Amino acid sequence: MTEPDSPAPPRHPPALERKSYGDRIFKGMLTVAAVGLPVLLGFLVFELFAGSREAIARFGFGFVTSSTWDPVAEQFGAWPLIFGTLMSAALALMIAVPLSLGVAIYLTEFAPVRLRQPAAFVIELLAAIPSVVYGLWGIFVLIPVLKDSVFPLLQSVLGFLPFFQGPIYGPSMLSASIILAIMVMPYIMAVSREVLLAVPASQREAALGLGATRWEAVVTTVVPYARSGLIGAVILGLGRALGETMAVTMLIGNRHEIAASLFAPGYTMAAAIANEFSEAVTDIHLSSLAYVALLLFLITVLINAGARLLIWRVSRGTTAGSRVL
Amino acid sequence: MNVTQAETSMSLPTPGRQPTLSERMPAPPPSPTIAIEARGFRFSYGATEVLHGIDLAIQRNAVTAIIGPSGCGKSTFLRSINRLNELIPGTRHQGDILVDGSSIYGRGTDAVSLRQRIGMVFQRPNPFPKSIFDNVAYGPVLNALVAQRDLPDLVEQCLRQAALWDEVKDRLDEPGTSLSGGQQQRLCIARALGNQPETLLMDEPCSALDPIATQRIEELIDQLKQDFTIVIVTHNMQQAARVSDYTGFIDSGRLIEFGDTNQIFTAPANERTEAYITGRFG
Repeated sequence: MTEPDSPAPPRHPPALERKSYGDRIFKGMLTVAAVGLPVLLGFLVFELFAGSREAIARFGFGFVTSSTWDPVAEQFGAWPLIFGTLMSAALALMIAVPLSLGVAIYLTEFAPVRLRQPAAFVIELLAAIPSVVYGLWGIFVLIPVLKDSVFPLLQSVLGFLPFFQGPIYGPSMLSASIILAIMVMPYIMAVSREVLLAVPASQREAALGLGATRWEAVVTTVVPYARSGLIGAVILGLGRALGETMAVTMLIGNRHEIAASLFAPGYTMAAAIANEFSEAVTDIHLSSLAYVALLLFLITVLINAGARLLIWRVSRGTTAGSRVL
Repeated sequence: MNVTQAETSMSLPTPGRQPTLSERMPAPPPSPTIAIEARGFRFSYGATEVLHGIDLAIQRNAVTAIIGPSGCGKSTFLRSINRLNELIPGTRHQGDILVDGSSIYGRGTDAVSLRQRIGMVFQRPNPFPKSIFDNVAYGPVLNALVAQRDLPDLVEQCLRQAALWDEVKDRLDEPGTSLSGGQQQRLCIARALGNQPETLLMDEPCSALDPIATQRIEELIDQLKQDFTIVIVTHNMQQAARVSDYTGFIDSGRLIEFGDTNQIFTAPANERTEAYITGRFG
């Protein structure tokens, strides 16, 4: 600097003072969106309460435990629907979780490298198929196969269990659970795969360097390291299974009953709302359906909160694994 | 499942291949002084050959340092000794490495038991997200080396050998990942010792550690060489000079010079070695 005493005054205001309207507008829009979503949720809960007020007043908590659903007599109870929802989702996960975890482990650890990406891509495509298409496929392809060969075989082998006794219907709890399993598998598989890919190579090398086989390294190191993320993947699948409506209502038989046999028809909360809403003529029927919706909402919230708690408890001590979610 | 068969790595088909030494004659008694011997060992990733024929004999119960510029193939060589490299698809090798006189690629040797006999410590500490105890017990449990009731004694012994016992004896249930970086690396050494190996391979074990933790590891290496054969790859030439008895200098996939550490660092025979250790390249 040759002239330290007389710095030239800047002709333009320095960049620091420039007002960035773009940033402010952007920030404002994001704030509105971020605040808007919880507000929307609040409205939703309020609407559900308002809509179901009549049914809550008439049936109270007995609505949850009663099994009668008689629109003519104006008697409503949601227990078969709650049972059907939980049962079909649980069955679907029992089928889907081992399969999708197995596929995810195979695709990340064992499959030939050239197969990994294409296979994962195709499986993720399954998630993009509309559920009504799954429903149609279920009615025309899956149910005939199940009814004619799979269910009779199950009955002859496992018929001593109450779950596999009684007459075989096509549309049934088990058919709906199987279609649900097929529908949630891509989600569980895709997320599990991401989680397994996020396990550092150093963990695998540590196990292999200690004399573990590939399989031992997966079981003792990779899966435990990824466990919180894997639980998250399963919970994501559970959320899908609980809320799935179209394909389930096409395959479950839609009967307000609880049967021990998985070959018998059942009903789920989401399916009942979708099916009966347009046909409900009395106020109390409509209000009861809103009450069912409120219960479905509460169950979903409870299950997700429980899942968060589980992930939080399981992930203590691990450094990563759940980060992907 | 056998890892070796599942992998793509294999010997290059050599026309008119001579039977290897171990096939031609009954296995000689293991040399009392040489623990590991590489014979014309070549290694390629896909089409790129990174080791162009390494001949090297590693002395038992001594520390051998492998030095060389980045990308020269020294880590590849180290990870070839326990066949960890061949887990990368598309790798190939030629030549042979003998451990206690028998080929690591021999028919009677399987990579899984080889890796149990040759422990490895990695560049970055990589403890499992399990308790300190379970980290050390991992190898012995996996390989069913000791009875369940002897496990606590073995874990204590390994942690003592790794100079970590006094710092962790009251919190063996805490996750290994909760330790400091230097402690984690000593835990990884203890974990490798849990397998009761004969040899320890160390791949730049101090490069992620601060000077004080580095000093502790170096002291530890000095103690461990009484019971183990140690091969250490390092970027740090002062470290090689401090801890090792023998030093090999690898450059561009070739062993340029190998000898007594004092000789290598005071009177290198090769001018490239001299250029490297005096810091003129690399």
